Amino acid sequence: MFSYCSDPDTLGTAAWFSCYLTTGVHMSFYLAFLKVLLLLAITAPVALGFGFLGAMAARSRIAPLRWLGKIYIAIVRGVPDIAFFLFFVIALDQAIEYVRHRVLCPDWDQPVRQGSDFVVCQAAKMPLGNAPQYIHEAYGFFLAVFTFAIVFGAFAANVLYGGMRAVPNAQLETAEAYGMTHRQTFWRILVPQMWVFALPGLSNLWMVLIKATPLLFLLGIEDVVYWARELGGTKTSKFTDYPHGDWRMWYFLFLLIFYLGFTRISELVLERLMKRLTRGQATAGGEAQRKAAA
Amino acid sequence: MKNLILSAAALALTAGMAVAQDKTIRMGTEGAYPPYNFINDAGEVDGFERELGDELCKRAELTCEWVKNDWDSIIPNLVSGNYDVILAGMSITDERDQVIDFTQNYYPPTASAYAAASDGVDVIAGVVAAQTGTIQAGHVAESGATLVEFATPEETVAAVRNGEADAVFADKDYLVPLVEESGGELMFVGDEVPLGGGIGMGLRESDSELKAKFDAAITSMKEDGTLNTMLKKWFGEDTTTY
Repeated sequence: MFSYCSDPDTLGTAAWFSCYLTTGVHMSFYLAFLKVLLLLAITAPVALGFGFLGAMAARSRIAPLRWLGKIYIAIVRGVPDIAFFLFFVIALDQAIEYVRHRVLCPDWDQPVRQGSDFVVCQAAKMPLGNAPQYIHEAYGFFLAVFTFAIVFGAFAANVLYGGMRAVPNAQLETAEAYGMTHRQTFWRILVPQMWVFALPGLSNLWMVLIKATPLLFLLGIEDVVYWARELGGTKTSKFTDYPHGDWRMWYFLFLLIFYLGFTRISELVLERLMKRLTRGQATAGGEAQRKAAA
Repeated sequence: MKNLILSAAALALTAGMAVAQDKTIRMGTEGAYPPYNFINDAGEVDGFERELGDELCKRAELTCEWVKNDWDSIIPNLVSGNYDVILAGMSITDERDQVIDFTQNYYPPTASAYAAASDGVDVIAGVVAAQTGTIQAGHVAESGATLVEFATPEETVAAVRNGEADAVFADKDYLVPLVEESGGELMFVGDEVPLGGGIGMGLRESDSELKAKFDAAITSMKEDGTLNTMLKKWFGEDTTTY
């Protein structure tokens, strides 16, 4: 990084660290933090979307749709996250390749499963074998985001379902008395009011989601945990210009501070959001706000 | 949501457009087992196997790309097609040979060694650390010592340093730099144990064509002595050669 870094052995402590912390591997480490933030930025809205659809389905008047919503919530909530992660990502990946194999290589005569081997034609590989590595990584990342979204979507569905049921029935009856249709009541009366009931549950989910991001490591994505372990490990002078002992403790301490800081900021934001959503609501919190203003 | 669908569609489209002309061979490695394979300061795969693998690909006229994968899942991910070859200091054993295929060895049968924090540790009766799913772990389990397994080589050595295990059992070549630089904290104890049938490249059993290509490339490197030069460069002048 810096010009004086060519011979780190001769450097003083501060200069040594300025070189050490800017090596290529450390850049990958910093990039991994962006990966975590990107995962959260994509997963949270998608999971909320899944949750909303799940909750809508679960309270639908059409029976099969209702069953679908309830089954989704029950199955995903009932299976341990890690088991679901490990199973679903492999199964999804192989399912995609199997479908592409059937469509793209109809002339293929060998079986897809040969003993323990899973063999599809080259054109069916997802991503293709000759695609650059970053495409492979992006694909793996999107599989992970999708899996996260499904898991957290089920929890969000349950929270939103509860939120929808918590809206005072008198509100809905009044809407009907005004002649609103079922759909109008849902979108104009129920949905705007349910958030205040759902937010405590959703904020819990957000916290759990932040803390679940190291699971990326399990899915083979080089996230912050992978790099902390890799960089913190003992390095001997034969293989690096920056030999050091077992520094994993310091790297993991840094992760701890990162996550703690991040959840603290989230708490502050969620608190403000709660205040905003409470405004004008027929809840104890809304009542308190009205009194304070008067 | 809409963006996700769009980007997913874009991804599928670009992947679909680059229809395979010639195949890229994806080489899986662990990247945590110097001098065989490790991540260098620039963040790239480096080590004996990197140099060897690149040379083999050149001789076999293949385009190759390196992929990192955890040791734990390195065989399952080969079998399910995430990459095509394993070069990760993997010894050729009968158990592994039932699941995957190996080329001829590119590293002669290795000596494994015990390293401990003090002299006189009983490696047969004590607690010995080894990496999960290695021949060393299998050997410790049979030797009568209490085996503690770890996911990475780094953790096995850390276990000895912090006293959780009496000794660590690993490929000698992995332990040598660590013992040398520990300033007397670690030392070799007990006898060296020759294990396994040497180190080879792992491939899917259905990939016999690729196996033949790499076998031929390894043979040519053994014949003209380039493999021996490479072995000496990474493992020292005293290492066993072909």
